[in-house]
Amino acid sequence: MYEIVSSVKRDYIVDLARQGKRLDERVLDQFRDVSVEVGTIKSANGSAHVKMGKTRVLVGVKLQHAEPFPDTPKSGVLIVNAELRPLASPSFELGPPRENAIELARVVDRGIRESEAIDLEKLGIKPGEDVWAVFIDIHVLDHDGNLIDASTLGAIAALLNVKPPEDETWTLQGFPVQKRPVAVTVFRINDKLMVDQCLDEESVMDARLTIATTEDGSICAMQKGGTGGFSREQIEQAYQLARAKATELRKHLR
Amino acid sequence: MEKPEKLIVDGKRLDGRKPDELRPLKIEVGVLKQADGSAYVELGANKVLAAVYGPREMHPRHNQQPDAAVLRCRYNMAPFSVDDRKRPGPDRRSTEISKVTREAFEPVMFLELYPRSVIDVFIEVLEADSGTRTAGINAAAVALADAGVPMKDLVSAVAVGKVDDTIVIDLTKEEDQCGTTDMPVALVPRKKLITLLQMDGNFAEEELKQALDLAFRGCEQIYAMQRQALREKYAVKEE
Repeated sequence: MYEIVSSVKRDYIVDLARQGKRLDERVLDQFRDVSVEVGTIKSANGSAHVKMGKTRVLVGVKLQHAEPFPDTPKSGVLIVNAELRPLASPSFELGPPRENAIELARVVDRGIRESEAIDLEKLGIKPGEDVWAVFIDIHVLDHDGNLIDASTLGAIAALLNVKPPEDETWTLQGFPVQKRPVAVTVFRINDKLMVDQCLDEESVMDARLTIATTEDGSICAMQKGGTGGFSREQIEQAYQLARAKATELRKHLR
Repeated sequence: MEKPEKLIVDGKRLDGRKPDELRPLKIEVGVLKQADGSAYVELGANKVLAAVYGPREMHPRHNQQPDAAVLRCRYNMAPFSVDDRKRPGPDRRSTEISKVTREAFEPVMFLELYPRSVIDVFIEVLEADSGTRTAGINAAAVALADAGVPMKDLVSAVAVGKVDDTIVIDLTKEEDQCGTTDMPVALVPRKKLITLLQMDGNFAEEELKQALDLAFRGCEQIYAMQRQALREKYAVKEE
């Protein structure tokens, strides 16, 4: 899935970057306007609607009974799926998730799972037979770049919004969210590192590195994407940037 | 699976290695007859085969790019390669690995040289013991060279991680499952450019730095072995 950007626009974006500027007059380390609205979808146990500039992502959390995995009979199960619906972009097609949707879901999953944001051990019901499954479904509504950051923010916001099911097998007080991982994608155009790419920037960038951190700054997930690479120094710079921006984004969470 | 109490005892890992030691690595070049280029890699218990076809005509035509070749990578695990039989066919993990593998090679390719073509890289995992995607990348790099596909450099890959609070290189399956962190890294050695980087687990900033140091050293070692394997195949032998 490659967006076609005219070479005139491409050269313009690259030249702006060289001067430390961007298309929409942001500075290099500035996010677009972010808003997080929770609880709008009553059919879900928890939901969040994230806007990052013109990008819009809706995340719903559903809790259901499920069989546990054989090697973890007392643990709940976490399943993250992402749908890039055609209404969100002319480049999205109908059909089962392809590599971009799969990567998006798996990166968000890692951010939530590896940080242990949810204590899955608390979600067992009857060991070996019945546990709670937490389904996090990412529904992209409008694609103007940086779906990973918007989706991860939506996922953790939706989890924080979860009202437990009216079910006698629910024995916990509320829904146990113990960490707030936030993903920040740092992208590179030549030697400049920036955050929160809009769609045009995404089509022009050399490479991107998503770093998810928790409140204490420790890294729980990373994913490099794009057709270019990063130097060692750029990775360390990207971490500093990601950590600082994650702290800012975390303020949008309850 | 019962988790062993300690994965590192007296500075030695369960298989006797030091934290900064790679598993035994074997690379064979040109093992398949039909493919344009191929390589077989054994990394510890991992057995991985890579084959390259191309540049060749791209079908379906509508996926052709008018100004460059398309690089197509497919990572696949044989059903018998893992403990619990893996059903044949691509799954979400294989799809993601195929994507990041392609993106690991794109920076070294000269795709503009072959418009409307495709360069197909197939990676088959025959036996898995964690580190298959890095073994696959190491094999694919050699296979691409064997196929005569021009590149700026090879790509070398290794996984680093954390077990028992120690940063280690080249994790086994047990270390990956019982340890805290797993971070595969692919490097273009001449440019010191990182073209694949994934991580899951937990790293403080200092641990990330140590892990990257270790990954760089490991990739340099692997690079030397890849080049050696290619030299052995292609060197003109003195009679």
